Amino acid sequence: MQLLIDNKSGTSIYEQIYTQIKDQIIGGALGEDDPLPSIRNLAKDLRISVITTKRAYEELEREGFLYTVPGKGCFVAPKNVELLREENLKKIEWHFSQIQSLAASCNLSKADLMEMLECAWEDTL
Amino acid sequence: MNAIEIKDLCKNYPGFSLDHVNLTLPCGCIMGLVGENGAGKSTTIRLILDMIARDSGTITLLGKDNRENIRLLKEDIGVVLDEVGIPACLNPKQVGKIMANTFRNWEQAVYDSLLEKLAVPPEKPFKDFSKGMKMKLGIAIALSHRPKLLILDEATSGLDPVVRDEVLDLFSEFTREESHAVLISSHIVSDLEKICDYIAFLHRGKLLLCEEKDALKEKYGILRCSKDQLPALPPEAVIGRKETAYGVEAIARRDAVPAGLSLSPIDIEELFIFMVKEANQQ
Repeated sequence: MQLLIDNKSGTSIYEQIYTQIKDQIIGGALGEDDPLPSIRNLAKDLRISVITTKRAYEELEREGFLYTVPGKGCFVAPKNVELLREENLKKIEWHFSQIQSLAASCNLSKADLMEMLECAWEDTL
Repeated sequence: MNAIEIKDLCKNYPGFSLDHVNLTLPCGCIMGLVGENGAGKSTTIRLILDMIARDSGTITLLGKDNRENIRLLKEDIGVVLDEVGIPACLNPKQVGKIMANTFRNWEQAVYDSLLEKLAVPPEKPFKDFSKGMKMKLGIAIALSHRPKLLILDEATSGLDPVVRDEVLDLFSEFTREESHAVLISSHIVSDLEKICDYIAFLHRGKLLLCEEKDALKEKYGILRCSKDQLPALPPEAVIGRKETAYGVEAIARRDAVPAGLSLSPIDIEELFIFMVKEANQQ
């Protein structure tokens, strides 16, 4: 598994671990039932906070990407089509929120945005 | 279990008082204690080690009250204070022999390998040591009697950046074991930022905050804007500001800032300086 943590980027450490592990699971770099490093070892190897690492693992487990076997550690959960769809929906929602904050900064109304969406739609058809 | 639990700790001196300090350090974690000179860092650490008597409050170390059986408790605590107190005529080899008869769990092999790793000359008398070398010897002793809790007061000061990094690695390695914990105070906030899970700010005897480091960095950010933009923000969003003729730099809470304004990431040192300045103004 590859994890590249950048302390100076604006993205939080938590999000960096979370997205990178998730991307590797979705992308197939991490296969079903592959073991993941223990929370404590990962944190110490990367020199990051144990609490943050734990939070990222817990979030991934809650979303069904990992499962824990007590006493043995964390493993990659079997892939789930429903989960991937959910994942993409979330991405779309995230892009929408980005659009909203950008629109707010240049005073675009909801109607303006709808119009832009219509245009984009027609272009791709 | 919590490695350190401090409740309502008070200590009064003429001209200084430690005022109702509450701190909790869970096992497996590292906590950094940050504060200006005279903020009460060393007082807190001395109280934890029962080197001075507290006026009120409770201190629990590794599940036991710190006054119950401090001698037995100290077997489990590795301590490095800002001055390493070793008789001037002894060399590290002789110090090792004394420590072997002092601590029940003394491990000579660990001590020898640490001396080698930290490049401490085993045959040189202590009086000829540089400040950094004294510190390194202190750290080697503290780690060689199988402690569960490390308490370090300014233990990285006087060391050069490369050695400091090595020492920080040692502390970080130490907490790979889940039952271990570290409390470290330092002026060099960037050092603490590198390894700590929790950060506590002390200012004039009061605890300004004690929080998870990454949560702090996620909660606050730096906003750079013009002077007339600042009043438009909700008043609770801004916790500190620095004005120049050309604009304003402010520390803001990310959750209270309207969407569309971007905040740049903050480091713990900047946050501390802003918070202390703001506390001084009030």
